[in-house]
Amino acid sequence: MRTLYLALKYLAVTLWSAFVIFPFLWMLSTSFKTQNAVTGGATWLPWLQFEPSLAGWRALFGGAGGVNIVKPYLNSVVVTGTASAIALVLGTLAAYGLSRFSFRAGPIRNGDITFFFISQRIMPPIVLAIPFFLMLRWLGLLDSLPGLILVYVAALMPIAVWVMVDFFNTIPRALDEMAWMDGCTPVTTFIRVILPNVLPGLVVAGMFCLIFGWNDFFFAFTLTFTKTQLLPVSIVALNSSVTPWWSLSAAAIVSVAPLAVLAFVVERFLASGGLKGAVR
Amino acid sequence: MYRQKYIFLLPGLLVLIAVILFPLIFTIRVSFSSWDVYNPGLNDAGGAMYARMWEDARYWQALWRLSLLSVATVLIQYLLGFALALLVWRDIAARRFFRVLFLVPMMTTPVVMSVIWRTIFHESLGPLNPILEGLGIGAQPWLSHPGFAFVAVIIVEVWQWTPFMFLLLLAGLLSLPSEPFLAAKIDGAGPIRTFLSVTFPMMGAISVGAILIRAIEASKIMETVYVLTSGGPGTSTETVSYYIYIRGMRDFQIGYSAALSLTYLIIMAVALTLIAKALMRLMVRGAGA
Repeated sequence: MRTLYLALKYLAVTLWSAFVIFPFLWMLSTSFKTQNAVTGGATWLPWLQFEPSLAGWRALFGGAGGVNIVKPYLNSVVVTGTASAIALVLGTLAAYGLSRFSFRAGPIRNGDITFFFISQRIMPPIVLAIPFFLMLRWLGLLDSLPGLILVYVAALMPIAVWVMVDFFNTIPRALDEMAWMDGCTPVTTFIRVILPNVLPGLVVAGMFCLIFGWNDFFFAFTLTFTKTQLLPVSIVALNSSVTPWWSLSAAAIVSVAPLAVLAFVVERFLASGGLKGAVR
Repeated sequence: MYRQKYIFLLPGLLVLIAVILFPLIFTIRVSFSSWDVYNPGLNDAGGAMYARMWEDARYWQALWRLSLLSVATVLIQYLLGFALALLVWRDIAARRFFRVLFLVPMMTTPVVMSVIWRTIFHESLGPLNPILEGLGIGAQPWLSHPGFAFVAVIIVEVWQWTPFMFLLLLAGLLSLPSEPFLAAKIDGAGPIRTFLSVTFPMMGAISVGAILIRAIEASKIMETVYVLTSGGPGTSTETVSYYIYIRGMRDFQIGYSAALSLTYLIIMAVALTLIAKALMRLMVRGAGA
């Protein structure tokens, strides 16, 4: 009975692992193929089933029959990095304000303002796509990096507020009050006393901003054309009736690899209980 | 001294109001105009766009399809995510390895992985059909048959987002106190009994939170569909977001798509609120009435 239970348990874990790994193995294998190897039907093993080639990888850097993804890659790094940093700063400040002071404007209280921030996640991107398009055109920021950064700051800030409000609420107010009695202003209290205590929260919030920023496709797709391409847009542009599967797979690997590493970071936080705040 | 409190709140709040609230209010105005390629600009069309929407069967079908798709994917993700979280919670070798592995898909770019999935589902050159043939199930028309295309979208959504459900539920399991489990053990309760009367009740609030977060994200599904099937075959996998995208960004019917998207936003907000209330009553003890 006990052995059967264990066997079933490991069987289930193995099956799901296979499902998770399946697309990754497939794209790794495909990235070393040539056109002949792809049109010959599905194969997995290099040397045994097909002659491996680096053509797909060379195509990423402007080789024959591919796209140059170096520039879109850098664009993505700049936009995601800048927007995440700004969203994290603004979101953390707002979350601290909402957690420590009371604001009121007519019938609006702190809870309503917090809800206003967080509820932005409910908004389907398509609802904002057209006003964003018109707004950026009016500002002359369509198809540009600053335009994208502006949009992503607004899209990512709610995540930062959502995570940070919970973290600030777990820090006792006595800490702030002690700092005030020592002559700190609210701003210096925040920087010197409170921030060092919420570092795990900043890491979690920053990580979520990076994940959602790097992985977004929709705004980059609707608000840029040819001058400023982000990585997901340039990869999806390869997707057509005559898709070059080899360079597509190679591009997918380099685009997905940097964030996959974050899985290790997230797991560390899980093990140490650092995600408790985010759950509640 | 308290004057300084505005330094914290205002920068973020003003950015959000300028970038999101104003455009949204502008959209309301646009939805009462017939702005399109032929008549660019704001005019006064009254409720003409909403009247047209009322008659637009394709829109309501897309809405119904989205509801079906969201409920199906979130339910599967919850059941699988909970099962996986329980499996690697404790008493298993190499549990940290499995936890990392199970988290990886949520870190990957959905559209990029969808392009890869499209090659996997390819009916003659993809790897999936040979495997199914090997298992004796036979090749399937994955992306050219409406029913299978719908299942393909569900498979990709489940692969991509079950990890998120898994993450939230595992974090919940790891934060549970150990005393109730000790008590159950002393009482001689087996694993199933312990799960039903100890683990599951304590996971109620966390479950509701995780399901809601995923339901919110699922209500926006569009990218997977765009890459995998382009809404096809025909319009059989078209979701609301994708249909509005076609009307607004491709046909440039700005006024009409504004009316469609506002209605979509209101319906989703109301539906999600009702689902949240129902789930709270159903799954969280002592939160009734």
